[in-house]
Amino acid sequence: MAQVRPYVRPMKGWWRRNPYFVRYMIREVSSVFVAIYALTLLVGLVRLTQGEAQYEAWRAALANPLSILFHGVAFLFLSYHAYTWWLVAPKTAPDLRIGKKPVPDRAISAGGWAATLGATIVVFCLVRWM
Amino acid sequence: MANTRTIEIEVFRYNPETDVEPRFQSFQVPFSDDTSVLQGLQYIKDHLDGSLTFRWSCRMAICGSCGKMVNGVPELSCHKFLRDYYPGKVKIEPLNHFPVLRDLVIDQTDVFDKKLPSVKPYLVPENPRPMSAGPNVQTPAQLQDYYQYSQCINCLLCYAACPQYGLKKDFLGPAALALMHRYNSDSRDAGWHVRADALNSEDGVWSCTLVGYCSKVCPKGVDPARAINQNKVNSTMDYFGVRELLMPKGGR
Repeated sequence: MAQVRPYVRPMKGWWRRNPYFVRYMIREVSSVFVAIYALTLLVGLVRLTQGEAQYEAWRAALANPLSILFHGVAFLFLSYHAYTWWLVAPKTAPDLRIGKKPVPDRAISAGGWAATLGATIVVFCLVRWM
Repeated sequence: MANTRTIEIEVFRYNPETDVEPRFQSFQVPFSDDTSVLQGLQYIKDHLDGSLTFRWSCRMAICGSCGKMVNGVPELSCHKFLRDYYPGKVKIEPLNHFPVLRDLVIDQTDVFDKKLPSVKPYLVPENPRPMSAGPNVQTPAQLQDYYQYSQCINCLLCYAACPQYGLKKDFLGPAALALMHRYNSDSRDAGWHVRADALNSEDGVWSCTLVGYCSKVCPKGVDPARAINQNKVNSTMDYFGVRELLMPKGGR
C-alpha cells in the first residue's frame, strides 16, 4: 500500500512571488514611516511645552538635510498609505447604508481620498500662510 | 481540432513513494481556442503521461475540485483557457499553503474536517422549530444580507491566496469565516453566541491582516475579506459588551 508522505512547501520569500503581495508588503512597511513621522511631531509638541529655546532647537534639527530626506521619503510612503488605507476601507467599514441601499465601495474609497486631499490642502495653507 | 497551436505546460510533480523533493516536468500540449487549462492537463494524462495525478469533476466552475496555482495565481483550472497564456508557457502547481499528497493533489482535511465544522455552519434558531411550523420564510432583502456568502463552493482558492494561513496554520481562514458570517447574518439564525468563541479568538478574525487577495481570487464573487473585517467591528463590540445594544434586532 502506498505510504502517505505529504510534501510541505516552504513559505520563504512568499511575498516576492506575486506583485499583489509586494504591494501589500509596501503598504505594511509604509506604516513604519507613518509611525516615525507621528513620533517626530509628538517630540516637537513635548519640546514646545519645555520652552522656546527647546522648540527652536527641535526646528533646527528638522532643517538637517538627513531630516529633510526622511520627510521626503515619509511623504511618499504616507501618500501610498493613505491611498491603500481608503482602498481597503470598504472592507473594514461596517455595513453602511443610505436608506436601504448599501453605499457602493467606490464611494467609500473616493470619499476617503477626497477627505485626505482636502485636509492636506487645508493644513498646508494654514501652516504656510497663517 | 480547429486552429491547433502548441503550448508548453510545466507541471509540478511529486511522487511520495520515490521522490524526496518535488520537480517540474514540461509537456508540449496542442490546444485550440476553447481548450481550458484543465483540458490541457487531461491531454497530458491521456496522451503523454498517465501517471500525472490531479483532481477535477464538473469542468464548469461549480464543483470546486480543480483548483491549482496557474502561473502563481490560484485559479479553477477549468475556468482558465490556454489561449490566454499563449505564446508564453503555463506553470501549474498544487494550491499553495496545503501539503502535497501527489503531483497536483493537496491534502484538504485541515479545512474540510477541522475549520469548516468549527464555525457551526447551519441555522441555529432561537427556539426549536417543528416541521409542522411550515417553511422558515424570509424576505428577498433578508436573503440579500447573506446571499453572496452562501455562494462558496469550497474550492480553497482563498486559502491558497492567504499568506496568513500559509504562515499560521491555526488561522480559521477566509472561507470558514465567510461561512460563519453567512449564518450569523441570516435572519432565521440566532447562533452568534455559539460561534462567538471561534470568531473572537486569536485564530479567528484577528489573525487576518487584510491582505485582501482572498476576495480577488474567489471565482464565485464571495468577499471573505469583507466578512472577516466587518466582524472585527462585531468582535470589538462583543468584547466591550455593547454588540447586542448597537446591532439591529439585538444582534442575535
